[in-house]
Amino acid sequence: MNAAVESRVAKVIAARKSSGSGALIGYLPIGYPDLATSIEAAVALAENGVDVLELGLPYSDPVIDGVVIQKATQEALAGGFRLSHGFEAVAAIRARVDTPVLLMTYWNPVLQFGVDRFADELVAAGGSGLITPDLIPDEAHDWLVTSDRTDLDRVFLAAPSSTDARLSQAVELSRGFVYAVSTMGITGARSDVDSAARSLVARLRTAGATSTCVGLGISTPEQVHEVLGYADGAIVGSLLVKALADGGVDAVARAAAHLATGK
Amino acid sequence: MNSPTHLRDELGPYFGEYGGRFVPEPLIAALDELDAAYQAARVDPVFQEELAELHRTYTGRPSIITEVPRFGEHAGGARIILKREDLNHTGSHKINNVLGQALVARRLGKTRLIAETGAGQHGVATATAAALFGMECVVYMGEVDTVRQALNVARMRLLGATVIPVTTGSRTLKDAINEALRDWVASVDNTHYVLGTVAGPHPFPVMVRDFHKIIGEEARAQVLELTGALPDAVTACVGGGSNAMGIFHAFLDDPSVKLYGYEAAGEGHLTERHAATITRGRPGVLHGARSYMLQDEDGQTIESHSISAGLDYPGIGPEHAWLADMGRASYLPITDDEAMQALRLLSRTEGIIPAIESAHALAGTIKLGKELGPDATILVNLSGRGDKDMETAGKYFDILDAEALASENLAPVDSSDIGTGASE
Repeated sequence: MNAAVESRVAKVIAARKSSGSGALIGYLPIGYPDLATSIEAAVALAENGVDVLELGLPYSDPVIDGVVIQKATQEALAGGFRLSHGFEAVAAIRARVDTPVLLMTYWNPVLQFGVDRFADELVAAGGSGLITPDLIPDEAHDWLVTSDRTDLDRVFLAAPSSTDARLSQAVELSRGFVYAVSTMGITGARSDVDSAARSLVARLRTAGATSTCVGLGISTPEQVHEVLGYADGAIVGSLLVKALADGGVDAVARAAAHLATGK
Repeated sequence: MNSPTHLRDELGPYFGEYGGRFVPEPLIAALDELDAAYQAARVDPVFQEELAELHRTYTGRPSIITEVPRFGEHAGGARIILKREDLNHTGSHKINNVLGQALVARRLGKTRLIAETGAGQHGVATATAAALFGMECVVYMGEVDTVRQALNVARMRLLGATVIPVTTGSRTLKDAINEALRDWVASVDNTHYVLGTVAGPHPFPVMVRDFHKIIGEEARAQVLELTGALPDAVTACVGGGSNAMGIFHAFLDDPSVKLYGYEAAGEGHLTERHAATITRGRPGVLHGARSYMLQDEDGQTIESHSISAGLDYPGIGPEHAWLADMGRASYLPITDDEAMQALRLLSRTEGIIPAIESAHALAGTIKLGKELGPDATILVNLSGRGDKDMETAGKYFDILDAEALASENLAPVDSSDIGTGASE
């Protein structure tokens, strides 16, 4: 784990871990169903037991997202989402809650905005860093340089199919946490979180990871509890997006509070 | 940029600043496995003989070349030679790549093939290979394309494939690729993704090009034998760019041979409805590789438009981006209408009905022939046949019923319908 910089995200996760359980990380896309509501929904997560916010930037070709998130982000784009809204939302959320915010973004929007400019805007908005699902460390030279310059977190993915050498690379270059993909698949609620997650987290620890969060498929307090038994954090996305779609901000708040009982 | 001594030797994963692997980590192991298997296969004489035998006894290779003097009269009198990939089994060049990848998949012990398809040609070819090899086959096809290429949907189903209409995003080829990638992330253990063009993450651009380079290798020898010289220019249509890379590759290190890729300009490359990726796009990352793409200021992919489903794609393979930047190949726009006029012209003058995709190459060749004049020899990749496009062509020319047959649409074509390069 890159220890050159003290990551606030890593500190929050470590604090939750040492207080007995672990961190709950909640995902919602910015701009869904509209910018103002997405800000309210993110604040509601923070006020109902979510320790780290993962906010998605809607993208036209989201290859690792399942149907629920695809539909939401497509609607956000149709509603006029712009990258500048992402920074606006981060700033608005950070003005109201102290919960650290990571942006989850596919790489092309960052590339087109300009990697340096994107990082500077994110810092100015009070964001903590990026989760980059389609940027592997091998292709991330510019982002490594820029995130070091700006002290931003950079979260890379680790998969059950990754070799030990690739896990070591992800551990060495990630900052904040390593995103352990629980199962070979895309985002979406699953009835059981793959046992592959447990062995992946163990392999990441062997590779030196001190902050590992598990995502993909988690949707119940029981699953959160189970994952926090062996990992530092549990990431929930599709369930929260579905709650927002079906019942608005109140439903998201209830869903987060319910998930937090698993901590 | 310093070019390698031989442009033909470029093996990826990067072509200059293009290419690479911009995919989620769960796919990396599969791409590594595929790369290793392919690198072993490309130097394995047993594999090469297996593929050559399939091409001889199944694909129908070598495909012939056909000189088309009556068509050439409309192209400045230039000597026009067609490479007849339309005569391959399944009706296009796509089978070259699919058989190669199916052999690699079999070596890897995969039992299930998945593919994306736009016009349906690649889907049909994949369904064909799956039937031949006794593999399960699932083809993702944008819902919009399943409508305009209904006949190919029926062909795939007849061949035993499952066709899944993709209803997300723009419901065309790019979304079919997204859906195939999502399938693959969850199924890599038993599944090979037969990507249909020279795009996507490494090793696909290199591997698909290698499986198609036989087009140019055959044609280069055939043209030399026929004319005693290399052609002055080689032309092809470009969507993702597989047939173009296939015919260009053998000529990359022949500096006297000019290379032209014709992009689909839809209703005009200056309108918002086109698929002219190099003409109007800029570098970015799409579907796992860095290359030119159609995108807005925020890097969101812009939906493309073309009357040809096979060219209706907002990206292009990274090797083309590299060749475009260094000026080795030129990429020019051809509108829907120019392509349709060329389709009709080749049909009328030579008795060959081309695919609408290939008709873009023909329309470009007409302009090029007028520029180069009667002393020029132009080799055109006729990448596919037009049978699948009869409904589109029938509507376009209003020739679907007896009443229409009597209409003025059957008046002799005039090649002046097709503009010269000067009007672009």
